[in-house]
Amino acid sequence: MARFVSLAAAVEECIRDGDTVSFEGFTHLIPFAAGHETIRQGRKRLTLVRMTPDLIYDQMIGMGCAEKLVFSWGGNPGVGSLHRLRDAVENGWPGPLALEEHSHAAMANAYEAGAANLPFAILRGYLGVDLPKVNPNIRSVTCPFTGEVLAAVPALRPDVGVIHAQRADREGNVLLEGITGVQKEAVLASKRSIVTVEEVVDDLGVASPNAVVLPGWTITCIAAVPGGAHPSYAHGHYPRDNAAYIAWDKIARERDTFLAWMKEHVLERGPDAFAVHARRAA
Amino acid sequence: MQATLAATAYTSNEMMIVAAARALRNEDVCFVGIGAPSAACNLARLTHAPGITLIYESGTIATRPNVLPLSIGDGELCETALTTVPVPEMFRYWLQGGRITVGFLGGAQIDRFANLNTTVVGDYAKPKVRLPGGGGAPEIATNCGEIFIIMAQSQRAFMKDLRFVTSMGHGRTGRERRDLGVKTKGPTRLITDLCVFEPDPDTAEMTVTSIHPGVTRERIQENTGWPVRYGAAVGETPEPTADELAVLREIQERTRRAHGG
Repeated sequence: MARFVSLAAAVEECIRDGDTVSFEGFTHLIPFAAGHETIRQGRKRLTLVRMTPDLIYDQMIGMGCAEKLVFSWGGNPGVGSLHRLRDAVENGWPGPLALEEHSHAAMANAYEAGAANLPFAILRGYLGVDLPKVNPNIRSVTCPFTGEVLAAVPALRPDVGVIHAQRADREGNVLLEGITGVQKEAVLASKRSIVTVEEVVDDLGVASPNAVVLPGWTITCIAAVPGGAHPSYAHGHYPRDNAAYIAWDKIARERDTFLAWMKEHVLERGPDAFAVHARRAA
Repeated sequence: MQATLAATAYTSNEMMIVAAARALRNEDVCFVGIGAPSAACNLARLTHAPGITLIYESGTIATRPNVLPLSIGDGELCETALTTVPVPEMFRYWLQGGRITVGFLGGAQIDRFANLNTTVVGDYAKPKVRLPGGGGAPEIATNCGEIFIIMAQSQRAFMKDLRFVTSMGHGRTGRERRDLGVKTKGPTRLITDLCVFEPDPDTAEMTVTSIHPGVTRERIQENTGWPVRYGAAVGETPEPTADELAVLREIQERTRRAHGG
């Protein structure tokens, strides 16, 4: 059953050095506050899993939390490169970073396979491309019914899944609305999970019986961190801070400006710093 | 006022987006890449193809954004969509399920068979430039009915030899799609800031079939890393109309204001 704890306590309990950790959120509801707390607690040698490692993983990689990245698209959406990711891959700074690179379709299927307790995922993909030559985890399987050769990738089974959601009720049930990406799959595929939420309420206010709700017994820890997805967004609360994404390009380009920004905005702050971004759309 | 201005002057980038938008049909179901593809697809929706279904890989189906999204999952896309599905469902039921007629892609590098590289420049293990990677493109390229590509031309982008193929066009020899049993058409249009390429019916090499106004064959060759071939009939791309330019500039202006960048 989910326990309500502080974000610091949740990270302390759930994420250990050397873990495979998935911070998910497809552009929307990205758990930035949880990423920052992980950086503050100095976690090392993490294998970071995420379809779209955007600024959150740029920051964690640049601060030396990661030794491996499993991903399918690593850029600053609509802006350009992730300069810290590039510096790690191209120059080994602040340390070498191993890559396991997939396509989106393969990652999404691999999360689903993990949630479904299957050993691998199949898809009609990777045809005529070079990724299988550099990623030995992209293999193939022959359909026993038709003989069609399909791509196969291992299921994703992270030690920890970390997501942000709009709200939890007092029993620890969590509601996600809007673009829900692979967050449900990431939590169900993981051994432990942390969910940060905009607010804790008496009634989730579910508008449809088909809403995306994670029952409290599927979650390890919940921490209320209003604004905790900034500069990504929380549907119904605050919009994506596109200006912050554009500004990140300049901040992250050089190691010095990056480290200075991280010191001021992450190392010397706490989860409460996110509260200024929290609001409820009218 | 914008319409008056539009009738007299336009940029090569505007010509590219307008030419790309015209390639889309009202009945298309289009998987939209971010950036120039998104501009072209929304221009089509706001001009000649109001019934087009635009799908972004974040899960938004039949979205009608009022400003162009910066990311593939801006809130605007979800708020204006008919429905939003989870990402695994998007790739399984909708893309792999064969429900998309056109995939609209951009890229960093392309070769004469319209294979794309968005992964690395240089050696994969020790790259000169680490690019973002393939994202949805490898499966978009083979699961959509056909592919349109929009890219500005330069020697650096239009490469004689692609060292890394992120998503397949017609393959390294032009025969790979057939050899691999891929039933979809692959890249049928490559729209650039200078011209439009289409695959040769026999060899599948991308050949120029339409040249934008004022562009010479010399200029096309100067900005292409392989010897450019021309189709049997080469036309001139009609200039952007005042209406097309006005609609494009309005949505780009709304976008600039909304992103505040």
